Amino acid sequence: MIGLYLGILSAFSQPVRDSAKYKSNKLQLEEIDLVSGYYRQDGNNSAVTGGIGTEKLTDFTNTIEVKLFKYDRQQRKNQFKFELGIDHYTSASSDKIDPKTISSASMDDTRVYPSLSWNRENEKKGTSFGLTTSYSHEADYISYGAAFNFTKTSRDKNREFNLALQAFFDTWKVIYPEELRPPDYGTGAKSDNRWVEESPKRSFTGSLSYSQVINKKLQVSLLADPTYQHGLLSTTFHRVYFNNGSLRAENLPGNKFKLPLGVRSNYFFGDHVIIRTLYRFYIDDWGMKAHTIEMETPVKLSPFISVSPFYRFHTQTAVDYFAPFLKNEPNQIYYSSDHDLSALNSHFYGMGVRISPPKGIFGSRFWNMLEIRYGHYDRSTDLHADIVSMHLKFK
Amino acid sequence: MHLNRRVLRYSVLASVVTTTLFSCTTVKQYQKMHLNDAEMKLSAKKIQKVEQNFQVYREGASGVSGGKSGGGCGCN
Repeated sequence: MIGLYLGILSAFSQPVRDSAKYKSNKLQLEEIDLVSGYYRQDGNNSAVTGGIGTEKLTDFTNTIEVKLFKYDRQQRKNQFKFELGIDHYTSASSDKIDPKTISSASMDDTRVYPSLSWNRENEKKGTSFGLTTSYSHEADYISYGAAFNFTKTSRDKNREFNLALQAFFDTWKVIYPEELRPPDYGTGAKSDNRWVEESPKRSFTGSLSYSQVINKKLQVSLLADPTYQHGLLSTTFHRVYFNNGSLRAENLPGNKFKLPLGVRSNYFFGDHVIIRTLYRFYIDDWGMKAHTIEMETPVKLSPFISVSPFYRFHTQTAVDYFAPFLKNEPNQIYYSSDHDLSALNSHFYGMGVRISPPKGIFGSRFWNMLEIRYGHYDRSTDLHADIVSMHLKFK
Repeated sequence: MHLNRRVLRYSVLASVVTTTLFSCTTVKQYQKMHLNDAEMKLSAKKIQKVEQNFQVYREGASGVSGGKSGGGCGCN
């Protein structure tokens, strides 16, 4: 009787669930990130006015990123990410494309750029792959982008290899400075319905990265982002004044190959300081070589608060086609007076504060982290800038 | 002379990278409390997005640092 009773009990008992392995297949919110920034610059080498003149510009950037995930029947994690960015900028030099018609108010524009990503991770195999599609629109530029990524992690999770293939199919409105426009050619302004030529620009990038844990406190990664671009790579509303006084619109080659290579290393020094470094070497077939070094040292004042001073140094040689105002030779095929492509050094330095208490910001469990950062930028061409950024994370 | 210096430079760099990678120790998951810190992640921070934006416009070099490598904008 007792045996029968126990037998009946076991037949109706619930099977023991291994809760560590069970993963819900409902769509769940993983996190929301808001990043905002205000950027302000000034200088005196505007490319719009031939390498001289104001470079005053402000930019207000906002992005929101929403991540959702769910597990499928094979217990693979599917992550969905939606990102929307909106930038609004004002530029005193863009005002000078058509100097006779614009008032003292600077030209402004808004750029909107959404993107959608899906990523599938198989934790048993240590692999993940994903697809991304993106769009960007501003007054004179439209972009459609697509990307594929693949990641392989070692069994002990001490090594990771990542491959990403990215393509952008972009279209420029070909806007000329006012004095160089053909008769009846449009200005490119929203209020002007006259015809303006459109020209394509294609960009293809194959990104490779290899990450390795060295020991309990040090990990490094090797990075490469070879890129090929084809199409309209000049900015046609940039003026170029030659040494004989003549004027033309900027003209650069229709192909460009770039090879940036980098090393990242992060080291936990003691129990309170992290040393984050990045070195980048860059070379392209327009003649530019560059070196960039970044260092940031988060100092943990407590497990939940850290302050991060940072410094970045960048140096580059000029592209073969650059010359300053009134220095280009009229027999050159390609020419530019854009000081962004000149030989220059830059210093960027500042500090950030990061707060991530266990009970959330202001006691809100949903508001997980707040980070604020200020930086000052000095370029050897006498351009200076300030930038303030903020990141809010919700989980 | 220039070629010798370049060969020497690349050889030293390759040696450093190889030595570093081969001196790795296997670190188990429960030993990764420092490595798993949010600020130890081997990528640019999200808050750096705005900075990467202006660097791609104001400098001729791009890529590897987490920002755009080319395309998607009227940048370099």
